[in-house]
Amino acid sequence: MTNLPSISYFIPELIVIGLILTTICLDFSSKLRKHILPVNILGVLFVGLFVWDSFGINQNIFSHLYIIDSFSTFFKLIFVSTTLLILIASSASKELDDIGHPEYYTLMMTVLLGLMIMVSSTNLIMIYIGIETASLASYVLAGMKKGNKASNEASLKYVIFGSFASGIMLYGMSWLYGLAGSTDLYQIHESILNSSALLEDNFMIYVAILMLLAGVGYKISMVPFHYWTPDVYEGAPTPITAFFSIAPKAAGLGLFLRIMYSLFSESGGFADPNPILHVDWPFLIAVLAAGTMTIGNVLAIQQNNVKRILAYSSIAHAGYMLMSASILSVSAIKAIMFYLVIYLFMNLGAFFYAIFISNKCGVEDIEGYKGLGYKSPLMASLMVLLLVSLTGLPPTAGFIGKVYLFSALIEAKTFYWLAVVGILNSVVSLFYYFKIVKVMWLDEPKDDSKITPKPALSILIIVCSIPTLVLGLKWDFLFEFIDKIKF
Amino acid sequence: MNESILSLLIFIPVIGALAMLVFAQFGGKENPDGFKWIAVIATGIQLLLGIWLYLNYNPTDTVLTSAFTVQKEWIPQFNIQYYIGVDGLSMPMVLLTAFLSFICVISSWKITKSPFGFFALFLLLDAGMMGVFVSLDFFLFYVFWEVMLLPMYFLIGIWGGPQRQYAAIKFFLYTLFGSVFMLLAMLALYFYSDPHTFNLIALIDTAKTIDATLWGFQIKYLIWLCLFIGFAIKVPVFPFHTWLPLAHVEAPTAISVILAGVLLKMGTYGLLRISYPLLPGEVYHFATILAVLGVINIIWGAANAIAQIDLKKMVAYSSVSHMGYVILGMAAVVSNSKAGAEAGMNGAAMQMFNHGTITAMLFLLVGVIYDKAHHRYIFFPKDYKDKALAGKQGFGGLGAKMPIYSALMAMAFFAGLGLPAMSGFISEALCFIGGFSVDTTFAGESSIIRILTIIGTLGILLNAIYFLRAFQHVFFGKLNEKYKELTDISLRELVCVVPIALIILILGIYPAPLIEMIAPTFSNLIDLIQSTPIMGI
Repeated sequence: MTNLPSISYFIPELIVIGLILTTICLDFSSKLRKHILPVNILGVLFVGLFVWDSFGINQNIFSHLYIIDSFSTFFKLIFVSTTLLILIASSASKELDDIGHPEYYTLMMTVLLGLMIMVSSTNLIMIYIGIETASLASYVLAGMKKGNKASNEASLKYVIFGSFASGIMLYGMSWLYGLAGSTDLYQIHESILNSSALLEDNFMIYVAILMLLAGVGYKISMVPFHYWTPDVYEGAPTPITAFFSIAPKAAGLGLFLRIMYSLFSESGGFADPNPILHVDWPFLIAVLAAGTMTIGNVLAIQQNNVKRILAYSSIAHAGYMLMSASILSVSAIKAIMFYLVIYLFMNLGAFFYAIFISNKCGVEDIEGYKGLGYKSPLMASLMVLLLVSLTGLPPTAGFIGKVYLFSALIEAKTFYWLAVVGILNSVVSLFYYFKIVKVMWLDEPKDDSKITPKPALSILIIVCSIPTLVLGLKWDFLFEFIDKIKF
Repeated sequence: MNESILSLLIFIPVIGALAMLVFAQFGGKENPDGFKWIAVIATGIQLLLGIWLYLNYNPTDTVLTSAFTVQKEWIPQFNIQYYIGVDGLSMPMVLLTAFLSFICVISSWKITKSPFGFFALFLLLDAGMMGVFVSLDFFLFYVFWEVMLLPMYFLIGIWGGPQRQYAAIKFFLYTLFGSVFMLLAMLALYFYSDPHTFNLIALIDTAKTIDATLWGFQIKYLIWLCLFIGFAIKVPVFPFHTWLPLAHVEAPTAISVILAGVLLKMGTYGLLRISYPLLPGEVYHFATILAVLGVINIIWGAANAIAQIDLKKMVAYSSVSHMGYVILGMAAVVSNSKAGAEAGMNGAAMQMFNHGTITAMLFLLVGVIYDKAHHRYIFFPKDYKDKALAGKQGFGGLGAKMPIYSALMAMAFFAGLGLPAMSGFISEALCFIGGFSVDTTFAGESSIIRILTIIGTLGILLNAIYFLRAFQHVFFGKLNEKYKELTDISLRELVCVVPIALIILILGIYPAPLIEMIAPTFSNLIDLIQSTPIMGI
């Protein structure tokens, strides 16, 4: 489709761009400044509505640079819901009180735009633009607490790692361009398939895949590109950390799936069980997934800072999802999507609880969580529910998500060893999640005082907890929804 | 009533827990006894329903013909069903769960540390246990199996003894380690069976047709191993038993009763409900190993119990030993004489029930003395914090001071060591008869299970050693001056203990009701296993 008619499919992204500009304009007048938050929340809601409305459309736009399909729409819904929840949480976070708000929202919307571009692009250049748009704004967001050394360190580490990874990725893209003479994913796929030289020697494809993986792997904090994660997560303001743990990860996974399936599977689509030209990249992913979840879980055990624990846990969860990504099948992709929805709620919920505690007690250290169960029983019980779900125990959604991830593996009847590694990892994860539960409930509180969160925050925690429980008992409607996605 | 009775059994405790939540919002703070009464009512109704179920239960019904069976869609896309029912295997366990839950609520009347939390979690635990015993869908079974872990973690971790935190997480980690393997086995069974199903009854037909290999093994064999790890940790089978003494000793009395009385039985129940009917060929190949492990359990548990100076720890290790009888009895299913196999299997099922009652009585009685004396050492340890007491006898001569208590304890000890006229004797004897009958298997191979059984009988002797020694040092001899003010067992405690004592006595003299309840189901199960053609691994 040519440019002009394409615009009607591009409305969600245009609204985001509009929001960025509006926020900057509102900042000019001190009277209007207080409206920035409601305008952004409303705007994101509209984005969500338009994205929801476009569900089911399958359309290439802007001369094959961009695609609107249910796959990308699903991921956009994830980004929008995350952004919405984070926007509300930011308003209730004490950490962000003394931060200049307008740029905060501008940057947040820029990240959102970048992520949306990432999952919708079908052209290497567009993909790179998407990644960089999201990354550049993320670097600044991580360093939002200007006077705070840890936050500055986080930002710097993020920049260095990020630019390094995207540089490698860019080189990988140029490699692909050299092989295929095009930047369009489908044309690259076609010329790779038809190249007799590559058929004989597929080494070049391996190199390209490895380099692309560096860029994507850094986004989803896949081992060995995970080193930035704990420090950035610890240093960044908690709402931003929560955002980082979901949205860019989902975008990275979406991008990963799109690149791998459309470039390196035989049919160039999602319903294909064979990797291209006998390039055994599924095995490579399986090994990386095993490494990612093992390192994430094992290193989390020795952490004493709740944000760092959640950082390592997010590495581990990326590993679980990658585990399923190593299987080329539609049910594996569905399992990943299913898990993403659940992960969104349970992980955000846990982070919101961390915001609540850092607001009220000013602590992030696990020692400071002593006896919280007796200080705010309801919230602490919900936190237990969220942690149980993160561990993957019934009757919570986390369990169902994991069942689907493992099912994909066993249904495909490959990589049984990976399934064994995966389940052993869930046992390990119990240990550190329950370290938090232990100090909250099994240790005595230091004093008898009670604490209650701000209403916005308690509503957010409840909002995240309800699906975590309900989807653990009845999840067929979510599955039906994901079933509707066409591949 | 027929249709809903099993659902009620599961969900009455949940309703009770919700009622507590409401009550806590409206005046529960000033009136902590209210929580106890809600718990008594909930478990009481559950017990009455259980009795009603028992009276209306027809032992010759299978789950397919039984009027109580309920089968409803839960998640149609994944073919998960809400499928519950009872047969001779689950019936005694359902009764045991309902009965012990009620007793345990009464026995924890003196809980002062947040009774709301304690009783609400206890009811959730109760619901989970009941769910495990009536589930006929593997997925449902697994959910209930895991649902229990969380309340148990808190019950041990908050209301337990000095090492409660370590005990709680160790229990949790061990059990989860086992159950994740069970999860893999469950998914493998689902995807390898055609049509895909979690229905445990349908899987009896489809699971044995699975024909695939992995890493050079039959996939069925690997499934059996995964299931076995899951169940063996719960039983616990040596060498997976190390969580047990710690958890049992640190848990509060009522929770020790539930742990030993009900939770351990889930391991053997799972083997009998899932591994045995689904993978009969593997049962055959594994029977000898099962017998070896059973005998090790008997001897190892008893030997450890002899070495204990803490009464509760001694009782905990006696559980390891007694569960060994169950495993040994189950191994007898391969016997070439049908009567021998029946003796072994029925003995195993009866031992599950009888050990549940006997160990409950033992733990309750140990709890009674602990409440009065605040310790339960037969001998104080050498490094005891009070130097004057270190190495000294803990009690002594209580027999004269607390006659009723001593009589009950004597009875519990004798039941534990398998004295005739107590229920434990019959089930243990049946297990040994079963094991002894296996000198050739039904497929005509010679078997060493008979020799193993002969070694296992040593366990009876070892059991006698520690029970009698403990009795002697606590109740006989000169009265320990420190305890001359001790009062005898209270009425509330009697209410807990006497019904259990009666059941032990009645089933010891007249075990027919129990045997009649289980025999038809086990006869079918034995036929199922013995009619399986035996192939190599």
